[in-house]
Amino acid sequence: MNDTKKHNEEEVKLMKGNEAIAHAAIRCGCDGYFGYPITPQSEIMETMMELEPWNTTGMVVLQAESETASINMVYGAAGCGKKAMTSSSSPGISLMQEGLSYLAGAELPAVVVNVMRGGPGLGTIQPSQADYFQTVKGGGHGDYKLITLAPASVQEMADHTVLAFDLAFKYRVTAMVLADGIIGQMMEKVVLPPYQPRMTEAEIAERCPWATLGKPASRKPNVINSLQLLAEEMEEVNLRLQGRYREIEKNEVRYEEFQCEDAEYLVVAFGTMARVCQKAVEMARAEGIKVGLLRPITLYPFPVDRICHYSHTTKGMLTVEMNAGQMVEDVRLASCGRVPVEHFGRLGGIVPSPDEVLEALKTKIINR
Amino acid sequence: MKEEIIIAGFGGQGVLSMGKILAYSGLMQGQEVSWMPSYGPEQRGGTANVTVILSDERISSPVLNTYDTAIVLNQPSLERFESKVKPGGTLIFDGNGFHKFPTRTDINVYRIDATEYANANDSAKTMNMIILGGLLKVRPIVLVENVLNGLKKSLPERHHHLLTVNEKAIHIGMDLIKKVN
Repeated sequence: MNDTKKHNEEEVKLMKGNEAIAHAAIRCGCDGYFGYPITPQSEIMETMMELEPWNTTGMVVLQAESETASINMVYGAAGCGKKAMTSSSSPGISLMQEGLSYLAGAELPAVVVNVMRGGPGLGTIQPSQADYFQTVKGGGHGDYKLITLAPASVQEMADHTVLAFDLAFKYRVTAMVLADGIIGQMMEKVVLPPYQPRMTEAEIAERCPWATLGKPASRKPNVINSLQLLAEEMEEVNLRLQGRYREIEKNEVRYEEFQCEDAEYLVVAFGTMARVCQKAVEMARAEGIKVGLLRPITLYPFPVDRICHYSHTTKGMLTVEMNAGQMVEDVRLASCGRVPVEHFGRLGGIVPSPDEVLEALKTKIINR
Repeated sequence: MKEEIIIAGFGGQGVLSMGKILAYSGLMQGQEVSWMPSYGPEQRGGTANVTVILSDERISSPVLNTYDTAIVLNQPSLERFESKVKPGGTLIFDGNGFHKFPTRTDINVYRIDATEYANANDSAKTMNMIILGGLLKVRPIVLVENVLNGLKKSLPERHHHLLTVNEKAIHIGMDLIKKVN
């Protein structure tokens, strides 16, 4: 959220979060976008089509016949060491779950953007955060994790797109940018990332030794596959993945704190809700209530240690989510029952207001 | 300085673009801005609204439930947002098609018959700029100069010949707006 300092006069643009993702992807050297339109994120592909990056960077932008096709096109491109991405909104992401599991099994890097809307089912087109469980607890089958970034501003929509590619390639995993309809649709100031050239074939060969680029006589064939019929081999893949997840948990936890130093109560919220809660915290502070806000930027890996720390220093925590209570479970786990942890949320596409958050903090935590 | 504004009306009245022009104007004068549209079924007819925040400091919540200023362009929007104007705040309405009028006395209420004027002068497309002019007369939050710079920046060059029409509309709005209470 702290983006002000980056804004120097020349480069500041005003655009929607979805548009920022499209610009950032092209600028960071993405090789291919494969997607299928769905509100509230259709501007991602629309913007790319308008920018025609195939004429400039050589990036492919393709409207697939379905979400299932999109994610499998990403799989194919990633198998060749290409920086590939797709984006969708909740119902479309559900259709991609098989592909996400296959990407994990084949140890391929990819970026997926989910601009969440209300569910279950086809649901509503209004904003929601009800895909937290789906994203951080699996969604597809098998033991796998998605690095999950939760942008809270248009600036972060751009920044997280670049970061997601970096992390995906660093660990050979899928990185998910988990936004919601508000961050996708709202316009704010943004400074776009600098242009990076797309990787050349030689660079791919050097950085992605697993990529299928054509087999020279000097090495064995690279096989992109998620099927391991021998249990021992399957376990080996699993152990390799788990090793990577432990590394990710060690290295990649990101969060932001607001007024936490002397906080007696802690609000935990991500994405749009963190913005709303920041206002609620300002209102509470004006009334003399010592409350702070912890905003996880990575939902996986989750800032477990930081929440644990505050479970020793505060009297209670409130998670605020646009869902029926999902992240609250992780906050409870991290705080080990030391303090009461309650949830407040609105469902089905309704965004809680700062006043409602403050009221919930009082009734559920402070005056409980 | 911080101004929290809601603009609401029928889809097609130029509500979202009026908000966009305000946001661009804020950008032109170096402010923090946020523009949050209702992007739901409203876009496809019915009511549309947009929350615009201009501030000298970092903006926290883009979603609000009380506002410094409300601009309402149809009856349902008046009914929905009149109660959400902060005491001492500003309510601007276009009286076209209204059968019930604002009743609050703790806020500043202004009427601007922009639709009527625009229809009479065959300039329906500048209706929202007339209203923007009215707003800037009573709440001079951005300079007209910055509005025009913002337009110049956000419009493709082929539309730049329309800038003078828009500037004129702003000045008409400034003359047209009347205080009601």
